[in-house]
Amino acid sequence: MTGDDIVHLSRLQFGLTAMYHFLFVPLTLGMSFILAIMESVYVMTGKTVYKDMTRFWGKLFGINFAMGVTTGITLEFQFGTNWAYYSHYVGDIFGPLLASEGWMAFFLESTLVGLFFFGWDRLSKVQHLAVTWLVAFGTSFSALWILIANAWMQHPVGAEFNFETLRMEMQSFADVFFNPVAQVKFVHTVAAGYVTGSMFILGVSVWYLLKRRDLGFSIRSVSIATGFGLPSILSVIVLGDESAYTSGETQKIKLAAIEAEWDTHTPPASFTVIGFPDQEAEKTRFAIRIPWVLGLIATRSIDEEVKGLKDLWADSLNHVRNGKAAYTELEKIRRGDNSAETRARFDQYKLDLGYGLLLKKYTTDITQASEAMIQQATNDTIPRVAPLFWTFRIMVAAGFTLLFIFVMAFYYCATRVADQKRWFLKMALWCIPLPWIAAETGWFVAEYGRQPWTISGVLPTHLSVSSLTSGQLWFSIAGFLIFYTVLLVIELYLMIKYVRLGPSSLHTGQYALEANDPVLSRNITP
Amino acid sequence: MFDYETLRFIWWLFTGVVIIAFVLTSGFDFGICALLPFLGKTDLERRAIINTVGGTWEGNQVWLVLLGGVLFAVWPLVYATLFSGLYIAMLLVLFALFFRPAGFDYRSKLDNPVWRNAWDWGLFVGGAVPPILLGVLVGNLVQGLPFHFDENLRPYYDGGFFDLLKPFALLCGVMGLLISLFHGAIYLKWRTEGNLYNRSRQVIRIMGPLVLGGVALIALWVLLGMDLPRITAMPGTGAPSNPLNKTVVMDAGWLGQFLRHPWMLLAPLLGFGGLFLAWRSALEFNARGAFLFSSLGITGLLLSLGFGLFPYLLISTSNPAHSLTLWDASSSQFTLALAFWITLVFLPIVLTYTRWVYKVLWGSVTPEKVLKDQHSLY
Repeated sequence: MTGDDIVHLSRLQFGLTAMYHFLFVPLTLGMSFILAIMESVYVMTGKTVYKDMTRFWGKLFGINFAMGVTTGITLEFQFGTNWAYYSHYVGDIFGPLLASEGWMAFFLESTLVGLFFFGWDRLSKVQHLAVTWLVAFGTSFSALWILIANAWMQHPVGAEFNFETLRMEMQSFADVFFNPVAQVKFVHTVAAGYVTGSMFILGVSVWYLLKRRDLGFSIRSVSIATGFGLPSILSVIVLGDESAYTSGETQKIKLAAIEAEWDTHTPPASFTVIGFPDQEAEKTRFAIRIPWVLGLIATRSIDEEVKGLKDLWADSLNHVRNGKAAYTELEKIRRGDNSAETRARFDQYKLDLGYGLLLKKYTTDITQASEAMIQQATNDTIPRVAPLFWTFRIMVAAGFTLLFIFVMAFYYCATRVADQKRWFLKMALWCIPLPWIAAETGWFVAEYGRQPWTISGVLPTHLSVSSLTSGQLWFSIAGFLIFYTVLLVIELYLMIKYVRLGPSSLHTGQYALEANDPVLSRNITP
Repeated sequence: MFDYETLRFIWWLFTGVVIIAFVLTSGFDFGICALLPFLGKTDLERRAIINTVGGTWEGNQVWLVLLGGVLFAVWPLVYATLFSGLYIAMLLVLFALFFRPAGFDYRSKLDNPVWRNAWDWGLFVGGAVPPILLGVLVGNLVQGLPFHFDENLRPYYDGGFFDLLKPFALLCGVMGLLISLFHGAIYLKWRTEGNLYNRSRQVIRIMGPLVLGGVALIALWVLLGMDLPRITAMPGTGAPSNPLNKTVVMDAGWLGQFLRHPWMLLAPLLGFGGLFLAWRSALEFNARGAFLFSSLGITGLLLSLGFGLFPYLLISTSNPAHSLTLWDASSSQFTLALAFWITLVFLPIVLTYTRWVYKVLWGSVTPEKVLKDQHSLY
């Protein structure tokens, strides 16, 4: 069997590369739509300032897009290189989703993005606008398929284990596609991307306003970013709530861990705002609770209970026992026992086969697993509470801060005083990192909260890895660290350079840094 | 609609189509990037070279990404075994590819000659290293790779990175690069004028004989020297996918494979003939025809590989009975059918808009045009 260090290094590498990729993805998701909106305004009004906006923000979009492409190929390779058993075990379901992403999304965005940059003089206005919209749709389609795939990892529906091929196989594409977790996750995540794009454009534009530069350009950028960002942050929050509700049904352990809900309380459960979860003592110290709220969020009722971790542990214990039974029957079938009774017993327990596989960590022969091993495997089904509890709260705090910013921005834009509220401009500038903090902590909650599984209840993480050596993994991790660090420094350098240049980088002769008389350029007011 | 056997065969063909599309399109992107520092003497010339592919390389690269997705979806065991087995080689390909997106997009965004020169060499690495390593990979597909499975179908690789670098595979690596340079130079000649046109022609003149000689050498080597396993018993072409249920003996060879099915010889003939005509017509006639011929030639070479290996996808040298074939390493019938319909819908759409994008961005790229559009072009 593969050693613990291989599992840890593989997880480290996947976490590193996936989180790094997601520094660029949300900005692409958001900015592509904002570009399409800006260009639509240009085509409808004929005002060139909107074309300049599309082209300038498009330059920043391009700098970011290149990094998204670079880091994205890693992920397409990495399931095979580092998660070979996973690839075999669930390729039948996970693979077609990735292939669909390629057909429907990657081709669309990657093929047309060239026309976005180089097609301005070669296409009619409407044609170019169509290209920009298609790039935007391409990026969101991409998110659609990858989130369906990820949702299947959280809540694997529409598939069954086949003992002849020793893997999971798809039974219903509709079940996989319309997975309730997928629908919620998709909207929550793309909306978070839209917020990221909006916040970035808002934050950079307010910097121009603070510098009293290119006012007309900047104030229009603020308005569009706000108009897109406000509904987006509202969707993120509403769908985040919906996400908690579906978790209440499909990922009970994750939800209980996020809320540090050790015991099952009489409904409706109270919500722990803050506190210090203590895994060993199985309680939360110094907890501040709001009555009823968790029950309402997770069950949308006042009489259904939210199960605590201690009771969920007992459920898991049952699953592991059944899993051992399933594995025992599977072994008999593989040794040539074709009797109907064995098959019937296997079918009876096979939904819990994955829990049986958890025992592989403690014994090579699952059929002989002792009661102590079963207890250990059951302990593994409960993730560490404190990291989930805290990252979740960081995400929520960031989300509500962003809501405040967009509400204020909307109010100030509507009353046409946005460029005068310097405290707000400064705040918006310093809040640029918030969407990234929220997105990364959000993914941490989703993925760390699923442990010890790669496919919830089906395939344990420690079995999913490739048969590699730690030397190979150190080589790849070192390679990623070096390449990604250098590329990030270069990307940020270019980004900051072009942000400083602002729309003057278009060389149209209309903007602050290229005009001989800086006062003149300030006169292009809204 | 289709039975399992038919679907597996269709997907063997489709996988071939995706591989061919990747090699034909990214092939000239690689070649052009590898030629960049040598053919472009001035900054504007280099920018002209970059902009012959600047608007389209990204879409071309998606064929590689799609190939990863297709292997994952349709041949999961191949994806798992190949990518984890060739771990270091795959990562080196990946690291080399890292140079391209940033190289194209960032290079001309600063006016600093050191910066630009550094990125040009970055693009060179991104253009030269992948075809070499992928060529080595093809060489190893022909020779077979040392891998086996345990009873749970977990793949184990029984070799290391340096075992890949056998003489035959190294020759394939060199040829991967030379063919990319040849194909790239033909495309470049098609899209440039003046100095760059003449220099591309010079590259084609030199590369032609090297490519033809190398291909002939590989063909002889493969036909006379390479073994294939022969399946003595297997569960059937429509049986559930499990590569542990067959027996093989190592007594077949590539020559026998082609002699048993003489029509297969059309593939190497197309390969050799296409490359020869590409060479001659590029020097004497227009580049458009030459590009068509070199595309046909490369297609012929890839078809030869597929025909020769059939029905194998991956041959195991350490445990030949564990070799993967299209009959025992595919996804379920349900997934093959699903992926078939998705492909049937999206392939024509993708080809249509890709063609449109090329049409819109078509035209020769010259240093003068780059100068005129210097703030928006790469």
